[in-house]
Amino acid sequence: MNPPPSTLFTAAPEWQWLIVLYFFLGGIAGGAYFLAVLIDLFGEVADRPLARLGYLVAFPLTVVCGLLLVVDLRRPARFWHMMLQSETLRPMFKAWSPMSLGSWALLLFGGLALLSFLAALADDGRGRWPRLAVLRPPGALGTLVALAGGLLGFFVAGYTGVLLSATNRPIWADTSVLGLVFLVSGASTAAAALALLGRRRAAASRAGLTALERFDSVMLVLELVALIALVVSLGGMARAWLGVWGALLLIGVVGLGIIVPLVLYRRSLRTGGLSGAGAAAAALVLVGGFLLRVVIILSSESI
Amino acid sequence: MAPAMGFFTDTTVCIGCKACEVACKEWNQLPAANGGASTLSGDSYDNTRRLDGIHWRHVRFVEQFTPDRREGRWLLMSDVCKHCVRAGCLEVCPTGAIIRTEFDTVVIQSDVCNGCRDCIGACPFGVIDINPASGTAQKCTLCYDRLRVGLEPACAKACPTDSITFGPVADLRRLAEARVGKLHAQGETRAYLYGADDKMLGGLNSFFLLVDRPEVYKLPPDPQLPSRRVRPSALLSVLGGVMVGLAGLVSFRTRGRRE
Repeated sequence: MNPPPSTLFTAAPEWQWLIVLYFFLGGIAGGAYFLAVLIDLFGEVADRPLARLGYLVAFPLTVVCGLLLVVDLRRPARFWHMMLQSETLRPMFKAWSPMSLGSWALLLFGGLALLSFLAALADDGRGRWPRLAVLRPPGALGTLVALAGGLLGFFVAGYTGVLLSATNRPIWADTSVLGLVFLVSGASTAAAALALLGRRRAAASRAGLTALERFDSVMLVLELVALIALVVSLGGMARAWLGVWGALLLIGVVGLGIIVPLVLYRRSLRTGGLSGAGAAAAALVLVGGFLLRVVIILSSESI
Repeated sequence: MAPAMGFFTDTTVCIGCKACEVACKEWNQLPAANGGASTLSGDSYDNTRRLDGIHWRHVRFVEQFTPDRREGRWLLMSDVCKHCVRAGCLEVCPTGAIIRTEFDTVVIQSDVCNGCRDCIGACPFGVIDINPASGTAQKCTLCYDRLRVGLEPACAKACPTDSITFGPVADLRRLAEARVGKLHAQGETRAYLYGADDKMLGGLNSFFLLVDRPEVYKLPPDPQLPSRRVRPSALLSVLGGVMVGLAGLVSFRTRGRRE
């Protein structure tokens, strides 16, 4: 008789809805910032408003993320123990602990996202300090902020999956592809969020929206491949998903969140973007991205 | 630095009296569960059920009976933190609340812990949980305060059958080997040691003598460190990042060229 998987002998950390929401919003924040940088550095001048939207989304979401994480602590007033050793006030940092690394990354990303947020406001001529626009590309300083922030945005979107795997819990610690899955999903949900918001505020050119939809289609295909890799890598543990969780994954995440949006994006791209199909696709991508995190976090929590 | 100290728990002489549980609760001033109202498990004499933030010793009752209950045996094991030489909880703790002491034991500093609960999922044995009274993660300290003044831990002191033995790990290992040899000579050939050598997480400073497979005692057959996943997960994430970046470049650059 084969011994049972050792991950079944562990206790659940009770990471519930606050963490689900954090993973979802953190993915969008990191992804939106990355997309904004991409458009700023390589895109059209006509799409600078779209990039601006990305910066305007990223910072407030990062603040919400920080608050969610603090509230989720059982001793929220001690949140700063993640940053400083409480007795000596020396920096607290463990490069080998994803949570320690992630806390610092979120703090630094928040700082850079704030700079870009202010620059984006200044760019519009509405901010009180118009000279802060130098913090956004083009220009050496702006490019530096954007590159550093873009890399950290990637990190924030993806480290959450690595953090789950760096435990001994069933499903999470039985695979190494969760970071990849969350990173791709973060980029995808961010593109969907920007496409929706850009359409509402008419911030994006038609060509810009088309590029976002095309990009998101590629992300959805990548996400599908990553999800298949996830199930394969889980091996026998994938049986934990036979039931409600699997149904939610198959119908909610893959069906409604990937396949249907892919079809709708295709239709939207054929008609040159800006169609209702594109908006519906983007909304479904957001729903799917949320459900993905629900399934992955709560299915392990319920074992 | 004192020699590494630990527990040798010999399950073959445990009588399930739970004196260790009580002594642990008293010494460490751990609150009662459920406000002191009784919560019976209903299917076992084991009403503690598992280790958590307010139960740092747990006498596990394994009741192996035939369906007609004519034949059967009790396996009793006083479970506790394993004080792993390579400890998963200590590895992930982002606040530095979890430390290794001069006795080579693993202790959570309750005034530092902020209740992030990373250690709960990281422990390969499911030992740690939040103590609702403090809002922090807690577990056996191997009576760090008693060790500092030369006393043995409360559970070992209270154990009436010496199922729990406390001492330097090197001595305990010799004692345990001798005990296994004796049991084998007496015909109990199933007896073996769980976690007494370096192979399991560098060695468990709190190890056990068992007479059935680990999973029968709800112990993991092959406990691992949480960090084993960090490198492959990080590499795959970087690969994902590169793919996302390339897709982004292609999506937004080709558009520039086309128009």
